[in-house]
Amino acid sequence: MKFKVSPKLEKEIDDRIKNYPEKRSASLMILHAVQEAQGYISQDAVEWIAAKLELEPINVYELVTFYPMFRQEPAGKYVIKVCRTLSCALGGSGQLFKHFCKKLKLDPKKHGLQTSKDGRFSVEFVECLASCGTAPVMMINGDFYEGVTTEKADKLMSKCK
Amino acid sequence: MPKEHRLILKHIDAEGYTRDIKCYMKNGGYKTLEKVLKSRGKKEGDKKYSPQEWLRQEVLASGLRGRGGAGFSCGLKWSFVDRRSGKPIYLICNADESEPGTFKDKQIIYKDPHQLIEGMIISCWANDVNLAYIYIRGEFVEGAQILEEALVEARKKNFLGNKVCGTDFKLDIHVHRGAGAYICGEETGLIESLEGKRAYPRIKPPYFPAVLGLYMCPTIVNNVETLCNVKHIAKMGSAKFAALGTPRNTGTRIVSLSGQIKNPGYYEVEVGHATLGELIFDKNFGGGLLDGHELQAIIPGGSSSKVLRAGEKFKVKKPGPDGKPVETEVDLLDLPYDFDSLMAAGTMSGSGAIIVMDDSTDIVEALANVAEFYAHESCGQCTPCREGSLWMSKALHRLTHGEGRKEDRAYLQRIATNIQGRTICAFGEACAWPVLSFMDKFGDEFEARGEAHEKAKETEVGGFVPHKVAASPDS
Repeated sequence: MKFKVSPKLEKEIDDRIKNYPEKRSASLMILHAVQEAQGYISQDAVEWIAAKLELEPINVYELVTFYPMFRQEPAGKYVIKVCRTLSCALGGSGQLFKHFCKKLKLDPKKHGLQTSKDGRFSVEFVECLASCGTAPVMMINGDFYEGVTTEKADKLMSKCK
Repeated sequence: MPKEHRLILKHIDAEGYTRDIKCYMKNGGYKTLEKVLKSRGKKEGDKKYSPQEWLRQEVLASGLRGRGGAGFSCGLKWSFVDRRSGKPIYLICNADESEPGTFKDKQIIYKDPHQLIEGMIISCWANDVNLAYIYIRGEFVEGAQILEEALVEARKKNFLGNKVCGTDFKLDIHVHRGAGAYICGEETGLIESLEGKRAYPRIKPPYFPAVLGLYMCPTIVNNVETLCNVKHIAKMGSAKFAALGTPRNTGTRIVSLSGQIKNPGYYEVEVGHATLGELIFDKNFGGGLLDGHELQAIIPGGSSSKVLRAGEKFKVKKPGPDGKPVETEVDLLDLPYDFDSLMAAGTMSGSGAIIVMDDSTDIVEALANVAEFYAHESCGQCTPCREGSLWMSKALHRLTHGEGRKEDRAYLQRIATNIQGRTICAFGEACAWPVLSFMDKFGDEFEARGEAHEKAKETEVGGFVPHKVAASPDS
C-alpha cells in the first residue's frame, strides 16, 4: 500500500479512536484528519483507515460517498464554499457564486466542486452553513466569512497566496 | 414594546467577555454545577427523591421544551430513559444546527462554550451518564476546536474526569464532527453517524434512543440551547424558570432572524412575549423590512415549517376570562411567537428560525431553492422521500427555467402528499410541508407561471406544439 501517514497524524488518529467504546465510531474524525492532511480521501486512504478500524473498506468508502464534505479527488489550495440555501440566496449568494466562477473561468451551471486551472482555488455551492443572519456567507477552507459582497470577495481572494 | 430577555446570551457579545474558562468562572460559571453536586435530594409528601431524581423532577416541572425543533418536553424525554437495563446511559449534545435559517447554537458554541459544557455536565450527572459526546456539524471547524480547547480547560479544573469536583461522579465528554449532512440533525441519524455509519435514521419503534440508542444503549439527545437551559433551571429553580415565558411555553428562546429585514440576527426573548410582527418590525428586533418593500411571506421555524402569507388570519384558542378556551381571530403578525400559537396556526416554531421574504422575492424561486436543499439532503433510505424530493425539485426547476406546465401545481401537491407520513423519519414531512404550504398559499402563482411558460412555447413555434413536454415519472 502506497498510503502513509506521518507519525504525528497516526498518533492523533490513535488518540481519536480511544475516545469511543467502539473503534468504528472514530471513522468520521479520522476521515477529517486524513483529508485535512492530504487534501482528499484516496482509495488507498480508505483501505488504510478500514484496516486501522478493523473494518471492510466498503464501510469507510460508503461514508466518503455519503457525506458531502469528503472528496475523492484533490482540490485547490483554497476551497471556497458559498452557501446556496434560502437566506443566503435572498442575500445574494447566487451573484457571489457567479462572480467567483467568472473570475476563475468556471461553469456556474455545473454541480459540485470545480477547480481553477492553476489549481489555486476550488469553488463549490454548498447547503446551509448556519450563519443566515449575515447572508451571504462563505468559507475559505475552515474559515467563515460573513456578509460577503463581491468587493469583499475580491479582497479575500487577493489574500490567498 | 417587548425587549430581549437574555438568559443564555447574557454574556455573549458583552464587552470584555471571552470564551475561556477564567472569564466564565469569573462570571459565576461552574458555581451551579458545584451546587448541584452538593445537593441532597428532597422529600415531598411520601416520595423521597435522590439528588439526581430531584433535578430530573425540576427539569420536568420547569416545562422546558426542546429547542431543536420538535418542542418536546425535555423532562419527559429524560423520563423515558431505561435506567434498569444495566447498560451505560449516553448523552449526546446535538450541535448539528443544520435547519436552514438557524444560527443560534453557533453563538453559544463560539462565544460561551463553557455554558454548554456546564449544562451538559449537570445533565449527565442527573441522568447517571459517564460518557457524553457533542455532535457538531462539520462546517464548524473552528467551533469544534473551541469546544475541544474548552473541554481540556474543564478537565484541568476537575469539572470532567474520574472525580468531578472531588466527588465520585465520573464523566468525560468528546467532540465528534459531522461532515455536511443535514440528516445528522435527526437524532437517530445522528446516532448512526456517531457509530461511524451513514446517517440513516432508525425506525421507531423499536429504536427509541431512550431505550435503544447509541450502541443499542439508552441515550439522551438534546439540543445545545436545551442543555444550556438545564443549567439555568438548576441555578434558579423550576418555579422561577417557569415564571419566564407563558404557561406551557416556559423560559426564553433564541430566535434567529434572517432574510429581507433591516436587522437580521439572533434575539433572546421570553417565549410568547413577542409576536411575529414585533420580532420582524420592532426596532429592538428585526427593525422592519427594507425601505420601499412590503411583506410577502414568513417561514416561521426553519425551512421545514409551513410558510405563512402576509395578511393571513388564524383562529387561535386562548383561555378566556373564565379560564375556558375561547376561539379568537388573530392576524398573522399578532401571533405570539411560541410553540403552541404557531401550531394552532398550522405551522411550527421549529428551531426558532424566522426567514422573512418581502415583495421583491419571486416566490417560485424561493420554493425551488428550498426544494433543491431537500433533494440534496435526503439520505436516500426511503423511496418516497428519495425519489419524491428529487421530482419536486425537478418540477420547480422547470418552473424557474421557462419549462413549467400549468399542471405542475397539482403535480407538486400530489407528490408532497404522497411523501408525508410514509417515511422512517420526519424528513419526509420536512420536504413535503414547504411544498404543500406554498401550493396552499401561493398556488395561483405557480399555476400562472406554468401557464405562461406553456403559452410562450406555443407562440415560439407559431401556435403548433411539435411534441409534448417530457413526461414526468408519474404522469
